Amino acid sequence: MATVVEASAATDLTAIFARYPDAGRDALIPLLQEIQDTFGYLSLDTIRQVGAHLKLPVSKIYGVATFYNQFRFLALGKYHVQVCRGTACHVKGSAGVLDDIKQMLKIGPGETTSDGLFSLEVVACIGACGLAPVIKVNDEFHADMTTSKLERVFKALKKEAESNE
Amino acid sequence: MVSINIDNKSCEAPAGSTIYEAAQLIGVTIPTLCHLEGLSPSGACRICVVEVEGMPGLVPSCSFPISDGMNIQTHSARVLLARKTIVELLLANHPDDCLYCIRNNNCQLQDLSADLGVRRRRYSGDRSRYKEDVSSPSVIRDPEKCILCGKCVRVCEEVQDVSAIDFIGRGSHSHIGTAFDEGLNLSSCINCGQCIVVCPTGALHEHDSIKEVLDALNDPEITVVAQHAPSVSVTIGEEFGLSAGADCDGMMVAALRRLGFDRVFDTSFTADLTIMEEGSELVQRIKTGGKLPMLTSCSPGWIKFAEQNYPDFLENISSCKSPQQMMGAIIKSFFAERENIAPEKIFSVSIMPCTAKKFEAGRGEMTQHGYPDVDVVLTTRELARLIRMRGLDMLALAPEGADTPFGERTTAGKIFGASGGVMEAALRSAYFLITGTELEDLNVTAVRGLDGCKEAHVKIGDLEVGVAVASGLKNAAALLDQIRAGRDDLHFIEIMTCPGGCIAGGGQPLGTDRNAVAQRMKALYALDASAKTRTSHTNEAVQRLYKEFLGSPLSETSHHLLHTHYAQREVLL
Repeated sequence: MATVVEASAATDLTAIFARYPDAGRDALIPLLQEIQDTFGYLSLDTIRQVGAHLKLPVSKIYGVATFYNQFRFLALGKYHVQVCRGTACHVKGSAGVLDDIKQMLKIGPGETTSDGLFSLEVVACIGACGLAPVIKVNDEFHADMTTSKLERVFKALKKEAESNE
Repeated sequence: MVSINIDNKSCEAPAGSTIYEAAQLIGVTIPTLCHLEGLSPSGACRICVVEVEGMPGLVPSCSFPISDGMNIQTHSARVLLARKTIVELLLANHPDDCLYCIRNNNCQLQDLSADLGVRRRRYSGDRSRYKEDVSSPSVIRDPEKCILCGKCVRVCEEVQDVSAIDFIGRGSHSHIGTAFDEGLNLSSCINCGQCIVVCPTGALHEHDSIKEVLDALNDPEITVVAQHAPSVSVTIGEEFGLSAGADCDGMMVAALRRLGFDRVFDTSFTADLTIMEEGSELVQRIKTGGKLPMLTSCSPGWIKFAEQNYPDFLENISSCKSPQQMMGAIIKSFFAERENIAPEKIFSVSIMPCTAKKFEAGRGEMTQHGYPDVDVVLTTRELARLIRMRGLDMLALAPEGADTPFGERTTAGKIFGASGGVMEAALRSAYFLITGTELEDLNVTAVRGLDGCKEAHVKIGDLEVGVAVASGLKNAAALLDQIRAGRDDLHFIEIMTCPGGCIAGGGQPLGTDRNAVAQRMKALYALDASAKTRTSHTNEAVQRLYKEFLGSPLSETSHHLLHTHYAQREVLL
């Protein structure tokens, strides 16, 4: 998983832009991908800087970025929860798992809890069909999810976060 | 020329035409919701589909070029069924609130569903839900009524070079929005309202201010003063069924009085005043080596565009307020004093072709002692609604003249309504200011017409003055880029936000084409051609105002009331 750096008000993108000198609109997606890989998400500030570099209006960049599921606009939480909605997980009830998580964390896909602890992402098959319905928290897989198992997972993570403070 | 067959009728059309254009040539109108003359075809709405012999499916006529021997059916049973189904599918995601909609009886989607005989809701399901964006003082967006034709996006990008909005999201989540779905007020939107003029539904409309005006009209304590912009008299007739270009000046003034306005002034008067101030400023800049080229400041969409996109040109922009704001300022100072009315008891309404004027009136600099110079701006469309609401048959009213002292205008002020008008009026007076004699031929035809950019070099005495006129901000931006790159033969540039000038403003009657705009323009120049006083410096009322109140152009009082300043603006660019 990419290293997540907390992006401050003015993120320094000079190093990334240096790899795209005199770039035009065809460089937009690779540039956005690289920024997201480095900083974990696309902030308003970074998108404005990309606009200035590529001479593109921010509305256009936001339009392109929202077209693709891969881009996010909020910082990742300490625990990034990925819910598999692939075929096997769907058959085994992943829609319910997603609903449960939305209710427990009170966020939707692409969002981050206000305490910065959890972020939620819906992904297609993550290649762990034998564990369906499966979720992934950071690099850890959790198999055969049910409502009560989810509660236990989140409780444990919250406790872990508290003890680390 | 290419020979084709449309609806079993053989005809010829220029090579490279689309099926849609070829059909128009022989009098067949193919309906469309997304096609815009002069802009890139998008083929988004699919309403214009036609049958082409040999093609497996229906093709969009707005983007499909003709080829030799093509056999086309524009209204076959198969085509009509497809169109009807498309409209029914659009309606499945559309609120059924036509009765309450600002575009009721003036909506292309409504017309089309009536024409195609849609009589019941055939598809139902969840609709997309969005909040209305009421953040802008000029333009309201209601994405639930949007059919994603993309005309607003194309106008914003291809005509105005602004791109405040774009398609956001994908699939059933697609909507038109600003960057990060922020309010329009935080975006680079310049409030021009060109998106409103092209919107086929009620998804975009002006920020309606009729209620504030009615409240003021119903308050006996308040003196309600109206001013009307030069272009409104030649467009408002279209709201009442007249053909484009009919001048309704006198009838409109009569209607305003019947509505209860205590005074009716003509913004063309302050257009003349603007020429005196701006012309003097130009002469001063040329004589004292000031910043050139000087750029006009009447068009508030352009001003916001400059503040956010071209801040390096702010010193080039004339410090003159726009005619609307000059009128507002002298109403609440000179007029208030003369009539012995406290400025807070005056409610100043301006009738404008423009939605950006609503934004301009709200600017912090446009106030005196905490009172706004102009309280409320109504667009041409809103005035027409007010007249209908009051049950007035405007066309039956006996024409009346505007009130003194700000009702007297020359036609130099009147042609401000057309792109090139400010320039022509300025040249007529600058010539006099510099040489002391009148221009031999007052018609400066080089700066007239609907071209996006017009240029001329005019000899004034020993001085050769380079002038340019741009309308539509894409054209203006191209010109400014040349100057950034070092072009230095221009002294004075007129910039109007809307293509063709105020006669094509975002507050004007909807559903008009370029031909209508040409007619409106013709009407303004016809008024000018038949007038006796055609130069701003011969406006006696303006001269009196200088004598009794302002002193001289660029005097201290003028600077205080009639001039302003600009500042770089941070927006989501």
